[in-house]
Amino acid sequence: MLERIQNFASNFFVTGDPLIYGADVSIVLTLLAVVGTLTYFKKWGWLWREWLTTVDHKRIGILYILAAFLMLFRGGVDALLMRAQLAMPDLHFLQPDHYNGIFTTHGVIMILFMAMPFMFGLFNVVVPLQIGARDVAYPFLNSLSFWLFFAGAMLFNLSFVIGGSPDAGWLAYPPYSELMYNPGVGQDFYIWGIQISGIGSLMTGINFIVTILKMRAPGMKLMKMPMFTWSVLSSCIAVIFAFPILAATLALLFLDRYAGAHFFTLDGGGNPMMYINLIWMWGHPEVYIIVLPAFGIFSEVVATFSKKKLFGYKSMVYAMMIISILSFLVWAHHFFTMGSGADVNAFFALTTMLIAIPTGVKIFNWLFTMFRGKITFETPMLWTMGFIPCFVIGGMTGVLLSVAPADFQYHNSFFLIAHFHQVIIGGVVFGYFAGLYYWWPKLFGFKLNERIGKWAFWIWNIGFYVCFMPQYALGLMGMTRRVVTYSWDKGWWGLNFVSTIGAVLMGIAFLFQVWQIVHGVKHYRRNLDTTGDPWNGRTLEWSIPSPAPAYNFAVIPHAAELDDWWEEKLRKEQGNAGSQVKMMLEPIHMPKNSGIPIVMAGFWFMAGFGFVFHWLWLAIPGLAGVAISMLVHSFNYDTDYYIPVEDIERTEAEIRQVTHV
Amino acid sequence: MNVPKALRTTAVLAMAVMVMLIAAGCSNEVSVLNPKGPIAEQQRDLMFLSTWLCSIVIVPVLILSAIIIWRYRDKKDRKAAYEPNWSHSTKLEVIWWGIPVIVILAIAVITVRSTYALEPSRPLQSEVKPLTIQVTSLNWKWLFQYPEQDIASVNMLKIPKDVPVRFEITADSPMNSFWIPQLGGQMYAMSGMAMTLYLQGDELGKTWGSGANFTGTDFAKMYFDVDTVTQAQFDQWVSGVKSSSPALTEDGYKQLAEPSASKVLTYSSFPKGLFERTVTKYASAHHHGVSGNETDGKPEHEMDGKSEHEMDGKSEHEMDGMSMNH
Repeated sequence: MLERIQNFASNFFVTGDPLIYGADVSIVLTLLAVVGTLTYFKKWGWLWREWLTTVDHKRIGILYILAAFLMLFRGGVDALLMRAQLAMPDLHFLQPDHYNGIFTTHGVIMILFMAMPFMFGLFNVVVPLQIGARDVAYPFLNSLSFWLFFAGAMLFNLSFVIGGSPDAGWLAYPPYSELMYNPGVGQDFYIWGIQISGIGSLMTGINFIVTILKMRAPGMKLMKMPMFTWSVLSSCIAVIFAFPILAATLALLFLDRYAGAHFFTLDGGGNPMMYINLIWMWGHPEVYIIVLPAFGIFSEVVATFSKKKLFGYKSMVYAMMIISILSFLVWAHHFFTMGSGADVNAFFALTTMLIAIPTGVKIFNWLFTMFRGKITFETPMLWTMGFIPCFVIGGMTGVLLSVAPADFQYHNSFFLIAHFHQVIIGGVVFGYFAGLYYWWPKLFGFKLNERIGKWAFWIWNIGFYVCFMPQYALGLMGMTRRVVTYSWDKGWWGLNFVSTIGAVLMGIAFLFQVWQIVHGVKHYRRNLDTTGDPWNGRTLEWSIPSPAPAYNFAVIPHAAELDDWWEEKLRKEQGNAGSQVKMMLEPIHMPKNSGIPIVMAGFWFMAGFGFVFHWLWLAIPGLAGVAISMLVHSFNYDTDYYIPVEDIERTEAEIRQVTHV
Repeated sequence: MNVPKALRTTAVLAMAVMVMLIAAGCSNEVSVLNPKGPIAEQQRDLMFLSTWLCSIVIVPVLILSAIIIWRYRDKKDRKAAYEPNWSHSTKLEVIWWGIPVIVILAIAVITVRSTYALEPSRPLQSEVKPLTIQVTSLNWKWLFQYPEQDIASVNMLKIPKDVPVRFEITADSPMNSFWIPQLGGQMYAMSGMAMTLYLQGDELGKTWGSGANFTGTDFAKMYFDVDTVTQAQFDQWVSGVKSSSPALTEDGYKQLAEPSASKVLTYSSFPKGLFERTVTKYASAHHHGVSGNETDGKPEHEMDGKSEHEMDGKSEHEMDGMSMNH
């Protein structure tokens, strides 16, 4: 009996690696610390009422961003481990299988559990405020989306201490990801972690399309919408077309692994290439899904900090829409070398290059927004300026990669690695940082320390170039991705060593950001945003106090013009303002908090965990729990309430009092 | 900005060091830019040409960004104009859309032409009859069979100089990618298919190749040497292998196919039709690849070159037979 338990435990828990024992200990200690602190300060009730059950879009946004930061840390540690292993030839710091698990989880976490939630966080925080709405279209669904993402992310993250990490690369190409070559539970963690959070992503896409189309303030025509909102709309349109493909693909892979189907196996009529086509039909649009909102952020930031209207608004809108459509027509450029023949390769090379056109137009438009502006260099603007050269160079190497016959030499090499890190870090990560710094005061009511922020910015940027520029050269020297080590005679060690130094610099820059946030929280009284409009902003979110009250707008604004808040300020200067201020307050209709989303996500987690270990006794109750949660919710008619006028008046008076200290 | 000058200086210095490192890297070690065969050479030229074309847009944009950011920064006694409402200019936008369109058009034309010209299954222009080498990606080693010479090797290639080599590539393992950077671009090695890749070495000496698509634990051990020698040396090597190496048996292949890395090995012979059997073992699963197209019975493009020479009628017949299964 004891032997059986021991046997089970040694399979169930990952053993034998000191790094993982270290992780085990730190996970347990962190959990104990969190539970202990919450219990000591009697904060469980508060946590449940204010955060875990919240349907307030601003709080859900904060939860998303918090989770994204934790995942950035996890993915960053993975990156540093990899760079440590590659710093010198013939190192045996990481065993091959451990290394394979690390690069797989690094990719999955950074794209799906860092970029996606960071993006959704910003959607949640900004979109309703920017369009003059009081919440998203489906607040309950919004909460459910978050908790599904969270359940999926936790399930995926568990794999490296329980059962073993997936190790077939971030897109898990079969047949390597099939049972035949990959019998452990790692790939099943991959399937269920992504599947569960993917359902959440799809729902968020739907939610924000409806929110943007149906809940704009009166007067805000589509062509008067702030650019960030446009970018969210184009990104969400791509989400609702791309994520069903992902869900289907993962479901088929699951059937292969669990039920012995043969969709992508080598035997029984399966075709692995089908998977590769399908996964990239999702995977390529996914890249644009995460970068489009960053384009929106840059547009807002550039206009604000140049104190100038965005140049070429219409061009920007068309460019975004073209990108979101074209993104679905380029997937095969990920496997030019698969021998599809010249016709196919030429077609996909051309569609890929076409994307450079609208993207280039956007860069020009940002430059000409700055032209004849008055540029100041606060941190959001710095990140935007750092983005331009980085993305321009990354975009250029992207065009180089799209030249199909030349791609035969770049493909799967470090040149490719350098390219996509340059567009994703330079575009997405820099963009989201710009957004976070930009909207931070709106979220929390205080500004972050600019000085620490500038240090973080510079170290990030130096680190970035030091890390990734050598990788272009390494690619041309024939170094392929995913190799765990290399020999001295290849002559790669110098550049690899430099690259590792760059990675460490980026790690240090991240610590600066953490310090900046800790510092900001500690000294928040010093940096209170008393105006609600700390950057002299242009769009509606800056017209209300910071942090925004639960109902956002006491009176729904009327937004007749692009950059309505900016125009309103001009009108005030000229003494024409106040036309719409003296409106009557009315009771505000609000959604009630609900515990069902987090409970339902818990059941999903149970089901996913059960399927991973082939424990139907856990999976079936899990799925049943999901169904029951839905049923319970569908019979719940007590889902909303009204904030009475007196409460609004009192809240507004308090906020105004604070803001006029 | 209140960030210390030191930090900005560091940034500039770091960039300078990077540029130097990359410039220093452009020596012999940068294999892709230092080709030893006609395919790699054309690919390198294409890489330079596309880089140059892109730079036409990129460099001015980078300079323009620097100038604009510098000139329009907010400072006390600045003279530059400020026009907060200037946000549209049809003329400029036509230029914005126009320049990228023209550059992309140029790159597109070049790309399409070279995509057809450099299609990997296209035989090379040469007086010399091509040498066929059948490549199998195994876990975690490469098996090279020389059907005309009836010898085989593991993890090392010897090819005669100035002779087009017709690689037929498959996998008896997860998908891999066969890449010899100094001879030319890579081609995926996939089970159930035989991809064709023509390369040629026109310089004597050693270079190397590798697996470029991740296949698991010992993936990083799939490097192999590629030795370009004279025809005479090649023939000598062949007869040497013939006389001194063991034969690869069916059982030997089974052992070889077991997951493990391997040192360099040579075989004086191999089981007849081994490569074709490896391909067809998985081929019934696919509707394309070596099994041919059912509607007209012609093999698909991957095998197009095949009808031109040595592929013996028997094995082709066998393969078509296999395709009847589905």
